[in-house]
Amino acid sequence: MPRIRRELNNKEICACSIFGAMNQDGERFTGAGVMLAVANMHVRGNGLGGGFAAYGIYPQYKDYYAFHLMFTGIGPQAKRSAKKELDAFLGLNFDIVYDEEIPHGDEATVSDPPLVWRYFVLPKKQGEDSLLSDEDFIVGKIMWVNTRIENAYVFSSGKNMGCFKGVGYPEEIGEYFMLDRLYRAYTWTVHGRFPTNTQAWWGGAHPFSLLDTTIVHNGEISSYGTNRWYLEMYGYACTLQTDTEVIAYAADLLMRRQKLPIEIVAKILAPPIWNAIDRMNAKEKKLLTTLRMVYAPLLMNGPFAVIIGQTGKMIGLTDRIRLRPITAATRGEMFYLSSEEASIRLISPQLDRVWTPNGGEPVVGELNSMRKVLQ
Amino acid sequence: MKSFVFPEFQIIRDEEKCGQCRGCERQCAFGTHTYDPVADRLISEDYKCAGCQRCVVFCPKNAIVVRPTPSFYRPNASWSREKLEDLKKQAETGGVILTGCGNDKPFRIYWDHIVLNAAQVTNPSIDPLREPMELRTFLGAKPDLMDISAKEGDIEIKTTLSPNLMVETPILFSAMSYGAISYNAFRSLATAACKSGTYFNTGEGGLPREMRAEFGRCAIVQVASGRFGIDAEYLNCAQAVEIKVGQGAKPGIGGHLPGEKVSAAVAQTRMIPAGTDAISPAPHHDIYSIEDLSMLIYALKEATNYEKPISVKIAAVHNFAAIASGIVRAGADIIAIDGLRGGTGAAPKAIRDNVGIPIELAISSLDRRLRGEGIRNRCSIIAAGGIRCSSDVIKAIALGADAVYIGSAALIAMGCTLCQKCYTGKCNWGICTQDPRLSGRLNVEIASERLSNLISAWSHEISEMLGGMGINALESLRGNRDHLRGVGLHEWELDVLGIKGAGE
Repeated sequence: MPRIRRELNNKEICACSIFGAMNQDGERFTGAGVMLAVANMHVRGNGLGGGFAAYGIYPQYKDYYAFHLMFTGIGPQAKRSAKKELDAFLGLNFDIVYDEEIPHGDEATVSDPPLVWRYFVLPKKQGEDSLLSDEDFIVGKIMWVNTRIENAYVFSSGKNMGCFKGVGYPEEIGEYFMLDRLYRAYTWTVHGRFPTNTQAWWGGAHPFSLLDTTIVHNGEISSYGTNRWYLEMYGYACTLQTDTEVIAYAADLLMRRQKLPIEIVAKILAPPIWNAIDRMNAKEKKLLTTLRMVYAPLLMNGPFAVIIGQTGKMIGLTDRIRLRPITAATRGEMFYLSSEEASIRLISPQLDRVWTPNGGEPVVGELNSMRKVLQ
Repeated sequence: MKSFVFPEFQIIRDEEKCGQCRGCERQCAFGTHTYDPVADRLISEDYKCAGCQRCVVFCPKNAIVVRPTPSFYRPNASWSREKLEDLKKQAETGGVILTGCGNDKPFRIYWDHIVLNAAQVTNPSIDPLREPMELRTFLGAKPDLMDISAKEGDIEIKTTLSPNLMVETPILFSAMSYGAISYNAFRSLATAACKSGTYFNTGEGGLPREMRAEFGRCAIVQVASGRFGIDAEYLNCAQAVEIKVGQGAKPGIGGHLPGEKVSAAVAQTRMIPAGTDAISPAPHHDIYSIEDLSMLIYALKEATNYEKPISVKIAAVHNFAAIASGIVRAGADIIAIDGLRGGTGAAPKAIRDNVGIPIELAISSLDRRLRGEGIRNRCSIIAAGGIRCSSDVIKAIALGADAVYIGSAALIAMGCTLCQKCYTGKCNWGICTQDPRLSGRLNVEIASERLSNLISAWSHEISEMLGGMGINALESLRGNRDHLRGVGLHEWELDVLGIKGAGE
């Protein structure tokens, strides 16, 4: 009997720093500021993982899905052979418009880096697949790659956005991928990691992403086992050995596939307690009771603060009893989310508004207009 | 014929303490104790003793001790005393050996080989005395997705939901029929269920008319192969309807309530003549296939205007997971599975002790099966058969059950000592009898309080364990095997349970 039946895939537990900055006017800026901000929370990580999500970085390829691939394995030979297998699979299922190795600094500055490659693609749907939407098709193929091709992981797959991550402090990873020089984005989210469970590996760093949804997460999801089986019923394979993945997939299921607004999604992931629901007016009570009934397996239990990035949006959410608070702030058109207020103040000493949202209450930053981003 | 079986129990009376009050004589329906007026002392006949301990508990002088007899046959690993005596009894009677309560054989009790998790450092444990701890559970079908329209912050649900049962704690009283148990025991279960925010199950013996208005709101009514006591009002006064296909104590066979237990009131409730045997056939004679079951499910949904969830109760047997998946597809909203150690008022011992599979393994394989087919949210699972304490409940939920049924545990709360003589109708504790002299011993107020206390105690303990794992809503533990580890189990057992070994 295969060991998989015992569900040996483990979740990973970590304490972390998270930071997000968004220009709501859609002006793009380099990663230098967020690298500085997250470096200020150095001690919240332990150098075993850091990563960035950046929105609006590929304007020249904005109509293509940008796949970031990681090829792991010991020695260049193993990495190349994983890439060979992946290339064959991609060629069969996608039209590749352009691909290249993601530029990076000196390999000696980080530990055991994988080969990281990016592909700009359009789906090439054939046979039964042609009935699927582009996005469902891509999700299916990503799940296939991540579960079937050994040593190859798709870790970023949206349009006009990308994730960069690895083992190291986030400022080191930012330096390695030269985020302060090569990329300009209207939203940056960052993660510095303090894993306490499994061994560090590059795929295990945050952000986690699917299509254009990215998640950086601080905390531990104690409902992981429950969340996972529910998501698996909808075709999401949890392969990255971490609990953050389930938030990314839940966001994809609820927001992209079921088209629920973030206010509703927040009430599913971090619902109010029954005592509060029972005191609400009849209409709200019915809505929240129904949501809790139907989506009970997606309740994210345990302490967490997350920043969800999407095209044109940056959302902050904490668990329902706020065991991991998050600080939100605005300054002009800038919108910030951070584990600590000090990091925001470091890059923007003057702020118009600073607040700590209640548990389970989403804070949403949206672009005032998509125009600038699409130009 | 002289019986060659020696007494099971030995009664020791402390003559110094005994005040000849004759209390023991009155307490014992089996006639164990008799008063000898000439000698002015009480004589106890070991042969008659069922070992129910009623006289021991009620002796005002604590003068009686009842213990297993020290007599023994020559020890023999193959021919245990039980095997020898069963054989002798059959040689003497030519009959089937009857028994009551659940399987008492030393099959592995998986609950005792599973340990729970607790939060340390990275995930704070939650103190249920200071933070909300939510055990509320909804039983019934849930849709795959919801159609919600949101306009300008005004949110409307367009999906019509299937009816669900709401329980404040995931513990329900298992099916025990009026007829099998006394009116007072039945009413105590109903009273406690209503008080504790949970449900009792009427079993297959109907629901007395005078109880419907008051207790319908916390009743699950059963439709079994005997179809006793069923009318439209019976189905509609309750909150859910359960089709009983099988029972863990006696999978594959029916039931037989002897005429002596069919009193006028039982007869009226069951809608049969008084004093006649109430026989539940082994199969439902209108269910010979899954299609037939589906027709009955929908017949009951029609009869209840699609307002009640329909549950189907089956015994956990070898291929039950596949069958249960068919039952979900046939339209059931709840699957109740009853395991190897499920109790009964009467069953052939050979069946009770040898048929079925342990509930722990059954829960896990059913949950996995339904998840694998992507239909786990289309039904709820209620697990029954051998739930003894709050940690069994929480483990059942982590293995994939939505809630549990407790039968034996509820009876024990009322006084039952599992003496296994339920089928005699002479229950000294007033639970499993229709003799008014005996059933009058069970005070509804006190018994229902004992039951409510049990539910409350277990709920507190569940909250405590849940908080310890850093979880504040029970739904986040459902099917969450990450929080379980096995100790002393074989590889295949861990695989079936879907849990890791301790330390893994």
